[in-house]
Amino acid sequence: MNKITGADIVLESLKKIGIDTVFGYPGGVVLPLYDRWPSHPEVRHILVRHEQGAGHAAEGYAKASGKLGCALATSGPGATNLVTAITDAMMDSIPVLFITGNVARNLLGKDGFQEADITGITMPITKHNYLVMRAEDIAPTFAEAAYIATTGRPGPVHIDIPKDVFIEETVFEWPEQISIRGYNPFPSVNEEEIKTATQLIRRAERPIIFAGHGIIQADASKELIEFAEKSGTPVLNTLLGLGSIPQDHVLSYGMMGMHGSYWANHAASNADLIIGLGMRMDDRALGRFADLNPTANVIHVDIDPAEHNKNIIATTPIVGNVRDVLKILMAQFEPLSHIDWIRWIDELRRDHKDSFKVPDVNELTPQYIESRIAEKIGNEGVVVTGVGQHQMWAAQIMNISRPRQLITSGGLGTMGFEVPAALGAQVAEPERTVWAICGDGGFQMTNQEIATMIDENLPVKMAIMNNGFLGMVRQWQELFYDNNYVSVNMSQPDFVKLGEAYGIKSLRVNDKSEVDNAIIEANAHSGPVLIDFQVEAEGNVWPMVPAGASLNETVETSEQVKAL
Amino acid sequence: MKHTLAALVENHPGVLNRVASLFRRRGFNIESLAVGTTEQEGISRMTFVVEGDSNVGEQVEKQLYKLIDVLKVSDLSREESIVREIALIKVRSEKNNRRDILDLVEIFRAQAVDITEYSVVIQLVAHPETVDSLLENLTAYSIIEMVRTGRIAMLRGPQAISAPTTEPIELARFHQASGRRPVGELPYVSE
Repeated sequence: MNKITGADIVLESLKKIGIDTVFGYPGGVVLPLYDRWPSHPEVRHILVRHEQGAGHAAEGYAKASGKLGCALATSGPGATNLVTAITDAMMDSIPVLFITGNVARNLLGKDGFQEADITGITMPITKHNYLVMRAEDIAPTFAEAAYIATTGRPGPVHIDIPKDVFIEETVFEWPEQISIRGYNPFPSVNEEEIKTATQLIRRAERPIIFAGHGIIQADASKELIEFAEKSGTPVLNTLLGLGSIPQDHVLSYGMMGMHGSYWANHAASNADLIIGLGMRMDDRALGRFADLNPTANVIHVDIDPAEHNKNIIATTPIVGNVRDVLKILMAQFEPLSHIDWIRWIDELRRDHKDSFKVPDVNELTPQYIESRIAEKIGNEGVVVTGVGQHQMWAAQIMNISRPRQLITSGGLGTMGFEVPAALGAQVAEPERTVWAICGDGGFQMTNQEIATMIDENLPVKMAIMNNGFLGMVRQWQELFYDNNYVSVNMSQPDFVKLGEAYGIKSLRVNDKSEVDNAIIEANAHSGPVLIDFQVEAEGNVWPMVPAGASLNETVETSEQVKAL
Repeated sequence: MKHTLAALVENHPGVLNRVASLFRRRGFNIESLAVGTTEQEGISRMTFVVEGDSNVGEQVEKQLYKLIDVLKVSDLSREESIVREIALIKVRSEKNNRRDILDLVEIFRAQAVDITEYSVVIQLVAHPETVDSLLENLTAYSIIEMVRTGRIAMLRGPQAISAPTTEPIELARFHQASGRRPVGELPYVSE
């Protein structure tokens, strides 16, 4: 068999795995890899403007498509620039393969030019990582890495390759089988736990479902809806679980948590059975753990057993793929109904609707803009957000009803995620309209990727909710730090001029009456579009669970916060 | 409550770093850690002592399992097990007290492994509490230097902690042309 270079083996391995797109940035030690790229046109390389952008784009790609994403960077600063994106992918369980070059083997550990101990750095922020020291190890490592990244609880896997390993020649042999004795992503479902869970479900009078990201990751949306219908159980979503059930479904009660609805949070607090499905009982979704709902029974289904009893003690922890568990569970009981309970939640919803709707005011509000964008693109569009107020409003208002419709940074809460992630989502879904909902703060962290959009012909629409503030930080300073605004009021460039400097269509909107036309114009345009929405400066996100409070302490106005 | 955990791990570079990093990150307090080879080639055994309630013990175990290089974790404090530690203790000793020190060595079933005109090195292989007890008795003398290995442990009786075996999985099932995770086609459960 012919020997080929390590660089060729990397690219052949990517093809074997099924990776068709790599978001990357070249540099000294990955030059041997780039040198061989023209011979592998099947793997598209998208040149970003910053390695963090490559990482978030790969995440956006993975989240929009369900496929394994891939980002590539050179050694040292290239590799360390990936760290935020790797951590983001870890926190949100996104399958991404991160590849970095490193200095040649004889220079490892010698503090040479652009050396960083990147495997040491990424160890706690990856599902697994590798330093490949021989060309013949490349193919088995890539096979293992892709298997680990995409099975079980998905996550980022990092492969670091010294420069001379790319150059070393060996025979390319793709493994037929894989066997990792310390890794079993297909646990069999415990029958005893299923029995106990079934009894709890049959007995429950006020059951509630917390549907999380796992539903979307496991393609279990259909099963979730069937299970909810058969058991007559209302469904709440975590931020990342939005889209797992349509918002207009009769059993869907929207988002719970720090900025969840009043009724959702009170339903969670008053249930007698909590069924957590593919979610990790996070503090932003549950508030103060001890007081979430101490008397409720808890069935917690997750593929990762370490999530059980970590934050909340489960009456019945079930380890398994949520799709399979739901199928099994559903077969155990006859249809159930909980009319009184649902009526109780419906009444709450009727009485507290105001805090959750688009404010009826003359000023231009992000809520209004986002509701209009949602209306114009429908559920087939893709909404990518940054982090902060605009993100919470998007989650509340944009009618997220399809799995993978909302792409957002949940666990890590990474500002600047929106522009590169939207770019990646657009690569994965060229037929869909992709809108990046940006904060004016986050936008300035990663907006250089507009240049990538132009190079790669990616017609992402960017809506900047420009209030001249770091809005969420300002909201907290207003409510919890006596209006003491410190370092939140920031000057902005002229975003329209900035967009024009990049050569993209750029609009400014100051008034409510211009919103619809701007959105229509943006959607009709074949290239990227930037809209600078000059929104009210000091809007607050309601309702809110103050930090460290429990869900039944949800407040809906500043006055209520001040009265605490 | 103290948990004595034994973990079988792949003998790969960086495994100790992964484990130590995990303990640090999750705030688990390691009281003792010992690493060594096992009867199986390529597998090392780590023994930890971790302080915390039963929930901490459970979390340590589960978090360890998330590391791909960790093959098997057992909480030995749940069962009857033999726990041992080696201590080397160098004590200042001259003619006038040497006999007393050697008496202690005998009582504790330790050994004097090095004797000079001014010092005795005592070696003790015992349960850590016994080591503590010897040290306490030696405080009457001047301890120059002391080193302990950290505890190792093994279940009593015929049963052993062994690494799991896994059936190889056909790769073609995962890396399909689309690269999409073929959920639903996998043997998640035997229904």
